[in-house]
Amino acid sequence: MAKANLMDYDKALELFEPVLGFEVHVELNTATKMFCGCANEFGQGANTNTCPTCLGLPGGLPQVNGKAIESSIRLGLALGCEIAETCRFARKNYFYPDTAKNFQTSQYDEPIAYEGSLTIELESGRQVTVAIERAHMEEDAGKLTHKGGASGRIQGADYSLVDYNRGGVPLVEIVTHMIEGAEADAPEIGRTYVAAVREIVKALGVSNARMEEGNVRCDANVSLRPRGSDTLGTRTETKNVNSLRSVERAIRYEIQRQAQVLSAGGTIVQETRHWHEDTGTTSPGRPKSDADDYRYFPEPDLVPVAPSREWVEELRATLPEPPAERRKRLQAEWEFSALEFQDVVNSELLDQVEATVAAGASAQSARKWWTGEIARLANVDGVSPETLVSPGQVAELVALIDSGTLTDRLGRQVLEGVIAGEGNPAQVVEARGLAVVSDDGALIAAIDDALASQPDVLAKIRDGKVQAAGAVIGAVMKAMRGQADAARVRELVLERAAE
Amino acid sequence: MTDLTRISAAELSGLLADGSVSSVEATRVHLERIAAVDGDVHAFLHVAAETALATAADVDRRRAAGDRLGPLAGVPVAIKDVLVTADMPTTAGSKILEGWMPPYDATVVRKLRESDLVPLGKTNMDEFAMGSSTEHSAYGPTHNPWDLERIPGGSGGGSAAAVAAFEAPLALGSDTGGSIRQPAAVTGSVGFKPTYGGVSRYGAIAMASSLDQVGPVARTVMDTALLHDVIAGHDQMDATSLATDWPSMAAAATAGLADGALKGVRVGVIQELAGNADGFQAGVKQRFDETLALLSAAGAEVIGVSCPNFEYSIAAYYLIHPAEASSNLARFDSVRFGLRENPADGPITSERVMSATRGAGFGPEVKRRIILGTYALSAGYYDAYYGSAQKVRTLIQRDFQAAFEKVDVLVSPSAPTTAFKIGEKIDDLLAMYINDITTIPANLAGVPGLGLPMGLAPEDGLPTGLQLMAPAMQDARLYTLGAAIEQLLEASWGHTLISQAPELRTGNTRSAEGNN
Ligand SMILES: [Zn+2]
Repeated sequence: MAKANLMDYDKALELFEPVLGFEVHVELNTATKMFCGCANEFGQGANTNTCPTCLGLPGGLPQVNGKAIESSIRLGLALGCEIAETCRFARKNYFYPDTAKNFQTSQYDEPIAYEGSLTIELESGRQVTVAIERAHMEEDAGKLTHKGGASGRIQGADYSLVDYNRGGVPLVEIVTHMIEGAEADAPEIGRTYVAAVREIVKALGVSNARMEEGNVRCDANVSLRPRGSDTLGTRTETKNVNSLRSVERAIRYEIQRQAQVLSAGGTIVQETRHWHEDTGTTSPGRPKSDADDYRYFPEPDLVPVAPSREWVEELRATLPEPPAERRKRLQAEWEFSALEFQDVVNSELLDQVEATVAAGASAQSARKWWTGEIARLANVDGVSPETLVSPGQVAELVALIDSGTLTDRLGRQVLEGVIAGEGNPAQVVEARGLAVVSDDGALIAAIDDALASQPDVLAKIRDGKVQAAGAVIGAVMKAMRGQADAARVRELVLERAAE
Repeated sequence: MTDLTRISAAELSGLLADGSVSSVEATRVHLERIAAVDGDVHAFLHVAAETALATAADVDRRRAAGDRLGPLAGVPVAIKDVLVTADMPTTAGSKILEGWMPPYDATVVRKLRESDLVPLGKTNMDEFAMGSSTEHSAYGPTHNPWDLERIPGGSGGGSAAAVAAFEAPLALGSDTGGSIRQPAAVTGSVGFKPTYGGVSRYGAIAMASSLDQVGPVARTVMDTALLHDVIAGHDQMDATSLATDWPSMAAAATAGLADGALKGVRVGVIQELAGNADGFQAGVKQRFDETLALLSAAGAEVIGVSCPNFEYSIAAYYLIHPAEASSNLARFDSVRFGLRENPADGPITSERVMSATRGAGFGPEVKRRIILGTYALSAGYYDAYYGSAQKVRTLIQRDFQAAFEKVDVLVSPSAPTTAFKIGEKIDDLLAMYINDITTIPANLAGVPGLGLPMGLAPEDGLPTGLQLMAPAMQDARLYTLGAAIEQLLEASWGHTLISQAPELRTGNTRSAEGNN
């Protein structure tokens, strides 16, 4: 649909109230799959992490991964959910080649976790509490690659390849209740909610939480209710929106699109929609009705999961501080401005800065190095900053600068040495001979040389034209190969010139 | 010289152990017997003569070297084709799996190999175990060795016929609604359905997961017990497998041979299955009543018990079974294994290829049950059908519980009739389904059941079977009482029942190696 067929956002909000709902799939990072012993790894050769069970071969049977149950319970608890005393798996029956058994082993009327909530804070400071209906366990499907044809899509493809390595990987699906009252904040609520879920699973350590690798995937339900009506509109479900920004854009787009259709007297079709990152639009998927019949029934090959209350309480005790609370606490402790703090959060360097502060650095120095030079170098290499240096090394670097052993400029060279694997900062300083020359004698000798070779400059300084000293300072710094404190050099130049 | 095909597995293991017979000899005579009679019987879908002889030779070598071997080491065994085998094709009696070589062994097959039994081949069955006559095999019916015009029961007619025709002393079967016990009844052999969870289902091609159970088939209660001991036990690959330390079933059977083993045993006669109901053949009822009289005479206390909900068992079974089967059979889609059939015309899409493959690969009974099960699970019908059936299941479990408060063991005929003619009921599905009325309750409740010969029906001279059922986990009790009753009956006849089976024509040879 062309953008021209979108209603202006403000006008859409004038006429309609958006109602939201989210299904977020979290891929757990257990060592093995949900129902078999195959490795849960990303990036292996096609169909290498498979066995009779996850390939759906005749005779294969599922076994439940206890670690996945544990992760699901911890995630449920972190979302404030009740944990079922007993729950069952169910078969969701549908034919599709990426689903080896042609049914997905999931949970239906007995999810492991239910009725929780998550409070998020928008940029305006508005707090929104999202009610969680359930979090249930299921298995991921395999990956289809469509070959031939122009688009790489299924339409027009000559054939398709299936890789079942992802088939059977454990997922937790988190389903919200209907979110009303979002108003114009609806897109931001979507983004912030998914970010909050992602932050929680990351803090719990139950998922790698990389949206770009599909570890966290969001399906966004949007419907519009005409102002003054109490009848809900027909909803669409935009599938697999795989970045935070896309969640926001997709919701905004659907609001504008649906408003335009409804205002023109059209009807919204209940369907899934695909999100197109490149054009920023959604397009129709398959029709979806509440009567979609998956013929759910309890999985007879598995026995019910009945986590003891003692175990649940043990797991509750392992929960980390809720990310939102932790952020508030750290911002206050570090005395960062909102902008400074957001910078750290957005760069996903909260853990690194916190650990660097814990290792003795000042919060400002830790922030400056991580979000500055380290992030820049990581960006150049296309890697995550935390893979380059450890918080302990950064703290050591900061200490060397604070003590005057290094200037910031030398510090950057030391950092390069650390990243190049030359050792810890002190070792790099030693090996590269990078410490600031703090021996005045050596500096004075260099200054005297410089003054002697530039008598005109000396004359100017003596005439009170202090700014002329710059040329001498530059020559000295060059002679010292940068390993001098420029401020001290300046002091000494003025002293020597006066003599 | 003893005919090694006629003796029991227990006797054969004795001869193997003391060195008077080699496993190669024992295997060869069984392969020769298969070659001689299986052209008529058609118990086997695949005969692995070469690998069987190689396995046997290996066992002989290790025995000669003084290795400690299990009690059934070197004894040939036939395997129902529902169990996957890495070295033999596995079809479950279906065209959709024709020629499929599984990449793995079922747990029970692995256990056979670890105990050094010698797999002879794979036995015929109703397609995906759906049937009571083996007529629904895509590879043609198996014939009852007592009368080749008649069915050998089903779905495990191949395994039962193989032991009854002396083609193998032992066989593995699977029992979802009677597929071990009913064929045993109509072929004069012995079969045991273990407690649900007693034997691993990993590698057993699933029909109805909550009902399926793998079990032993043989000609004597003791042989059945010996094979049971090989295959039983917890398997972490099967989540429904019980973590129980099972007692030796062979020891339990031995205990049944002692004097007075039946004294004071409370035997419950299920009134609803006692033969007064419709469809029970007079000769079956007669042999059943005579057996009860023998039991009384041996000191057992024969008590009538009522299980009022058993009358709903067939209705419940034919909802639960197709429902689970419809889902279990969804994986046969041509994508990863088995038959692939392109649509006759029109575009070739995965959906259309799946559809064409399933249309071509599944037989009519399988399609019928998939449709039935799909319907029973549909939204809006689930509660009325699958949900109600599960409630019936609970009621049947309660009937068993109540009965076992009064008695130690429940008895009934294993099947309401003797073997019917091939083709006789193929168009009368209800009559076919009713045939399982005696065996289905044990599957619905998960309790163990033993079927053993009960004499020949006077009117047709064909075998009848007695079924014993015990509370869940009490499999050993059935072996003790079964061995005692077998001894009692054989004493009353003066011979074993199977010795009365007619001689089969030999020489209608079949190729020995793999004719799937
Ligand atoms: Zn696997």
